[in-house]
Amino acid sequence: MTNQPYYSKEVVKRFLHPKNLGRIKNADGTGKVGNPRCGDIMKLDIKVEKKKNKEIIKDVKFHTLGCAAAIATSDMIADLVKGKTFNKALKVGYSDVAKALGSVPSVKLHCCVLAQQGLKAAIEDYKKKSEKK
Amino acid sequence: MSKKVYLDYAATTPVDPAVFRAMSAFLKKDFGNPSSVHYFGQKAKSAVEESRQKIAGFLGCSGEEVIFTGSATEANNLSINGLLKGINGSQKNISKPHLIISTIEHHAIFEPCLDLKKRGKVELDFLPVDGDGIVKINELEKLVKPNTVLISIIYANNEIGTIQPIAEIGKLIKRINEKREFKIYFHTDAVQAVNFLDCNTDNLCVDMLTVSSHKIYGPKGAGALYIRKGTPVAPLILGGGQESGFRSGTENVPGIVGFAEAVACIQDPRTKIKNIRIRQLRDKLIKRVLKEIPDSQLIGSKTFRLPNNVNFNFKSAEGEAIVIALDQKGIAASTGSACSSKSLEPSHVLLALGLSEEEAHGSLRLTIGKYTTEEEINKVLKVLPPIIKRLREIAGVN
Repeated sequence: MTNQPYYSKEVVKRFLHPKNLGRIKNADGTGKVGNPRCGDIMKLDIKVEKKKNKEIIKDVKFHTLGCAAAIATSDMIADLVKGKTFNKALKVGYSDVAKALGSVPSVKLHCCVLAQQGLKAAIEDYKKKSEKK
Repeated sequence: MSKKVYLDYAATTPVDPAVFRAMSAFLKKDFGNPSSVHYFGQKAKSAVEESRQKIAGFLGCSGEEVIFTGSATEANNLSINGLLKGINGSQKNISKPHLIISTIEHHAIFEPCLDLKKRGKVELDFLPVDGDGIVKINELEKLVKPNTVLISIIYANNEIGTIQPIAEIGKLIKRINEKREFKIYFHTDAVQAVNFLDCNTDNLCVDMLTVSSHKIYGPKGAGALYIRKGTPVAPLILGGGQESGFRSGTENVPGIVGFAEAVACIQDPRTKIKNIRIRQLRDKLIKRVLKEIPDSQLIGSKTFRLPNNVNFNFKSAEGEAIVIALDQKGIAASTGSACSSKSLEPSHVLLALGLSEEEAHGSLRLTIGKYTTEEEINKVLKVLPPIIKRLREIAGVN
């Protein structure tokens, strides 16, 4: 039992005013994931830039149908992985997302996992597309 | 910041000033233990007995048929587990008792029944509801078995406010009982109904009925179970033998006094007028929201519904997010979405109506009370449409 408010200030702030909301025109990769447990749906677009043979995530935008935590974690993961290589981006764990948000109620940690999966799906989509090229 | 708007009266209510006044003496001055024979004890005891009489008057029963408990959840548990325990002694021919409950019971009925079933103690069947959230009374008789001992149907549902035909069911069970060796007992959880509906236990033909204090402008920590004389309920909490042995533990005297005062307030003729106003506010809320917010619908019957309950479904907007966004605007509401529940399961009530998990995902409950003003409803009507629009934008659906 904790004595904290249900949602941290950062979660509420990101839920009300997400910075990375929307779609990317001609996105290089798109991930669409759903959470089978609670019914949340997340769509995540990435823009990829190649620098010295390394792929770097230049931009991330999202749409999420879900609770305040799902929206806030979608927005936060976008900020956390921007400018990172795929390898580094995929190492961003759900606990990193939770930490960056101050705190996330334990029952909502699966929302952070959803954000992680969304990113992974977007990167996989990018890889699939680039193989075809 | 402007004043907070509370629209979650089905969750709990503030204590009425008259209730507060009635209670306060028993918190401090008249603090005695009703079991004590001295002045302090007897003063407290007579307050408890007077309270019992008041509630018995409201239920149309005798005082000895009213058992005070620590909550309505406890009263519901007593009605089920207490009856089964009592029957085990009196009806030995039944090896495994059979229970029937509706698919829209409160957790305080659902969970004890599921627990009994899991432990192999009972057979359990569910009486389904139609798309309007009303039990299919025609299917009840088919569910009855020779070993059926208890039927429990919620009087008015806590989430969608739909009112069940309890008197009709009571009469049906009475008729079924005429042809049976073993009586089927009938319990109703009337917690949400007390503010608005007839709770006369003879009119309803019930053997047991649960009431709660904190849903009717009384204090928390007080509930009661009506047990018709002759119903073989055995106690679950043993000790000093308070409440005629039905429920041991020192009586929550201030809570019981406040509870009785809250019931007395309901019997005030002015309550009827207040309830008409509550219904008018609710109807305005329903009409305007359905008109102004696209892809919205009312869940549950509009006709057979508590006058204070609204439960909407919004497509492509999640209920918990709506509640958090409303809270940011100073409006307190509730949802049956999976995201807001500890189990991450959508409300079993909404699913029982045939809603998909996706539809249950977008539910919003607003429950009005006697302190709700028209300005507060207007505030909701102003604030809610842009919230739904914004959440749909975030979801990428326009």
